[in-house]
Amino acid sequence: MSPEKEAPLLAVEALEKRFSGFRALDGVSFEVRPGEILGLVGPNGSGKTTCINVITGLYRPDGGKVTFEGHPINGLPSHRLARLGVNRTFQVPRPFPSLTVRENVAVAAYHGRRAGGAEIETLLLSLELDAYADKPAADLNSAQQKMLDLARALATGPRLLCVDELAAGLSRTELERVALRLRAFAGSGIALLVVEHLMGFIGEVTDRVVVLNAGKIIFEGTLAEAIRDRRVVEVFLGTEHAV
Amino acid sequence: MLRGVRDSLVVVVPLTAAAALLPFAYSNELLLFNFIVFLVLAQGVNVIYGFTGYLPFGYVGFFGTGAYGFSLAVIHLHLFPLVALGLGAAAAVLLALLLTPLFRLSGAYFAIASFAAAFAVYEVVSNPHLDAITKGPYGISLSQIYNPQLSYGVAVVILAVTLGVTVYLKNSRFGLSLRSIRDDSLSAAMAGVNVVRARTLAWLISALIAGLIGGVFAWYVSVFYPETVFGAEFSVFAIVFALFGGVATVSGPVLGVIFLYGIYNVIGISAPQYFQLIYGLLIMGLVLFLPGGVVPLLRRWGIDVP
Repeated sequence: MSPEKEAPLLAVEALEKRFSGFRALDGVSFEVRPGEILGLVGPNGSGKTTCINVITGLYRPDGGKVTFEGHPINGLPSHRLARLGVNRTFQVPRPFPSLTVRENVAVAAYHGRRAGGAEIETLLLSLELDAYADKPAADLNSAQQKMLDLARALATGPRLLCVDELAAGLSRTELERVALRLRAFAGSGIALLVVEHLMGFIGEVTDRVVVLNAGKIIFEGTLAEAIRDRRVVEVFLGTEHAV
Repeated sequence: MLRGVRDSLVVVVPLTAAAALLPFAYSNELLLFNFIVFLVLAQGVNVIYGFTGYLPFGYVGFFGTGAYGFSLAVIHLHLFPLVALGLGAAAAVLLALLLTPLFRLSGAYFAIASFAAAFAVYEVVSNPHLDAITKGPYGISLSQIYNPQLSYGVAVVILAVTLGVTVYLKNSRFGLSLRSIRDDSLSAAMAGVNVVRARTLAWLISALIAGLIGGVFAWYVSVFYPETVFGAEFSVFAIVFALFGGVATVSGPVLGVIFLYGIYNVIGISAPQYFQLIYGLLIMGLVLFLPGGVVPLLRRWGIDVP
């Protein structure tokens, strides 16, 4: 597999997002190719989640361009992006609490990129949610809600999946299983943008990382190179150096 | 699909049949008519509140607009009542379209703003300077088209259609998208649901229902004042009935109307002070112990209620 040779699926160019004077994103540019897993790393408040929020249509960018499959997508509403094949999970899972687990996934399957009902059961099975299919999503524990977020995103048939801190709070065995799954999604051609604090998880999952600090990219390359980079070490020292 | 058929057989058919046949056995037709009006209004509240989470405190605005739209079409355009009914309903839908910016608000703010909007319509309609058009505060008289049998029959049809709409919403993909929006509009958008369009559609359907029954109300009573058809108690009753039974269900609002409006008619008129006491206690008990209404409770007991 040599994803470098393919055309980028997602291209972010000089992206800017300001919150009343605070520059959350200050000229961020990167590309993700089909089947590639790109890690978005950086200290708290460096702009990782803001970046995902802009790409998935929650925020309008104040400058720059987001291109998906060669078409500009910045400013498109989330439901249009979902139908184009851009989807995400949320840092704090946001299921539809009063709907059953199956209905949660069904909504996404009906409105997403591809239509189909058979897939819902397969998804529930593969994310170990099948036993709870008829229970309200509110009854799930937080790890299961994270999996439901993932199932819902996958049910829309995404080509780009942004995963916002999926690993936080999961046990070691759960982490390993999630890592395997993310790799399997990439293997099927989905591009992944993974925001994560757990460096072990990032190292296991990603092909490449982009390190953000204060809304700017300070490093791009593999995680192994990143931890030898002077500026990256500076930014992380004293905060997550121990990891 | 199967559930839709079952819900229709359990709720829509018997209720419609009862509404159509009871006048032959029971002489107080006005009371039966009022039951139909509240059954329809409670389901209308169910459509917008139960399925999208927006509480329309000013729901009566659509009812009054339907009543006045109908009456003015009869008075000024001399239209047949059934055609005028269409115009009344169209007026209510138009008002709903004008009010769509209210969806920028949420929770109590939306409830209060919709109440203010209904009040504004009432103030315009009852303005003495508009006497020539709306008859101002002096009220409407439609003696020329008075026809209790036909208007009652049309009300029964509207009841059947409205119940059909809730059965559809409860069992369809569209209803599922609406419920997903109610739970989390951001997640719904990310799941691919066109939130603005779905919510607007539900709002317009809800206004259409109130506009239709408002028009029929005007036709049936044929003499009324602005405060009759814009009275806040229509909103309050419809909302309380719907909440009591349980929203986002088919049978909840029906149970609410039959039980609470039943109590109202049994003791509300003969012993108003006891009625108010019992009503107050019931509503407090509901809010404290059964915020989801009666139907979720029945379901928890294992009774499969539509």
